[in-house]
Amino acid sequence: MTTETVAFDKLPSKLTVNNLNFYYGGYHALKNVSLAVPEHCVTAFIGPSGCGKSTLLRTFNRMFELYPEQRAEGEIMMNGENLLTTKRDVGLLRAQVGMVFQKPTPFPMSIYDNIAFGIKLFENLNRGEMEDRVEWALSKAALWNEVKDKLKQSGNGLSGGQQQRLCIARAIAIKPQVLLMDEPCSALDPISTGYIEELITELKNDYTVVIVTHNMQQAARASDFTAYMYLGELIEFGKTDDIFIKPKKKATEDYITGRFG
Amino acid sequence: MVKEHLSTQYDADLEEIRTRMLQMGGLVEEQVSNALAGYADGSTPLLDRVKATEERVNQLEIELDDRCTHLIARRQPAASDLRLVMAVVKSITDLERIGDEAAKIARIAKQMHERGIVHLSGFSDVRVAANLASSMLKGALDAFARMDPDAAQQIVMQDKHIDSEFRSLLRELITFMMEDPRTISTALDIVWIAKALERVGDHAKNIAEYVIYVASGTDVRHSQGQSESTALG
Repeated sequence: MTTETVAFDKLPSKLTVNNLNFYYGGYHALKNVSLAVPEHCVTAFIGPSGCGKSTLLRTFNRMFELYPEQRAEGEIMMNGENLLTTKRDVGLLRAQVGMVFQKPTPFPMSIYDNIAFGIKLFENLNRGEMEDRVEWALSKAALWNEVKDKLKQSGNGLSGGQQQRLCIARAIAIKPQVLLMDEPCSALDPISTGYIEELITELKNDYTVVIVTHNMQQAARASDFTAYMYLGELIEFGKTDDIFIKPKKKATEDYITGRFG
Repeated sequence: MVKEHLSTQYDADLEEIRTRMLQMGGLVEEQVSNALAGYADGSTPLLDRVKATEERVNQLEIELDDRCTHLIARRQPAASDLRLVMAVVKSITDLERIGDEAAKIARIAKQMHERGIVHLSGFSDVRVAANLASSMLKGALDAFARMDPDAAQQIVMQDKHIDSEFRSLLRELITFMMEDPRTISTALDIVWIAKALERVGDHAKNIAEYVIYVASGTDVRHSQGQSESTALG
């Protein structure tokens, strides 16, 4: 539907999606999606279940390639290369485009090793450097003060909100450029959600954050830009303030105001 | 035209806010017309009724404020719903102030009739300004009821007519006062009434501007003539 790439106030875009189509086997899940994700901003994808927002997010680090019957066509440009066709190792790509999932997914190992594990895959740090990096990542994720005395304990022993922040720490420990978050707060209580949202705002200084959320208020609170998707199409993409106060499309208005049916 | 919310209670709450606001508008309209009729014929019961209605208007203002606060807290309205709630919160302040202006007119009219001097011989009277103010108020409330931005735009444009009518009344009354100081007291009373009518026009214009905001999302306050029509597209 949207074929022009939308840009905002000449903000540099980190990810530029051009005419992206996505198929689950024979099912056409994303239809000619084009949009530019601004750098150092938080962009939220909203829409009803099955609208393609998570699918779109998962194309950004080629997570879909884990499933042979899924394929993407089109262009996702980052740093001048098409992420869909680059010959670069997909592991390296995912180090640049990190992801946090709906449910916290700590590895069954200590809090320290949860962070160190990913770093070891990409960098060769000595013990001191590694300790510094682990502390840095946990501090960035606003978790350091809560876990600094129990780094050797299992990550599974943390609360849900802490586990999710641990996963965020793990994702940023390898210093990605983009952080993808797929419903990062849907399994969390309001206080943990508040921590994560505060963290998202902090993180955008260093990273470009893209978040998929079912919670419209969360998109309103935490994002700078919002994309509304429906049935695999990008219906409207704009500044979050505009989308929530004065959306241009009636379909967006109906969804935002709870008239979706 | 507009689809209903998934929550019927949400629809009912919004509808109730809209209805109450228009009910408050009706009461204020009645205050203005009673004040003007009482001023014209000296009917004390009419003038007293203006004051009596003020209490109900104030109660409705408080009630509507409360309903809007609750709706925001419980529903987090967005887009046109949010704009409607914000417009109601602002409109009821304007309506309440129109009620105050009507009460002011009634109070002055009562004093004038008690003194027995209501008219200045040769003075054209405030009828034109009164009709303009009344029709602007009615038009603004109609535009709100129908959420009609074009009708609202017409009301916004009318404000300059009532402003210029007020200025010409003022000029005329000043000449009366300069020529015969015995007219000062009555002329000043008429100035206050004319000023109150001009203020009614201002508040009606504000309400019309909120209608445009709700309907189109464009804030036309403090913009002038041409740019308003441009903003409306």
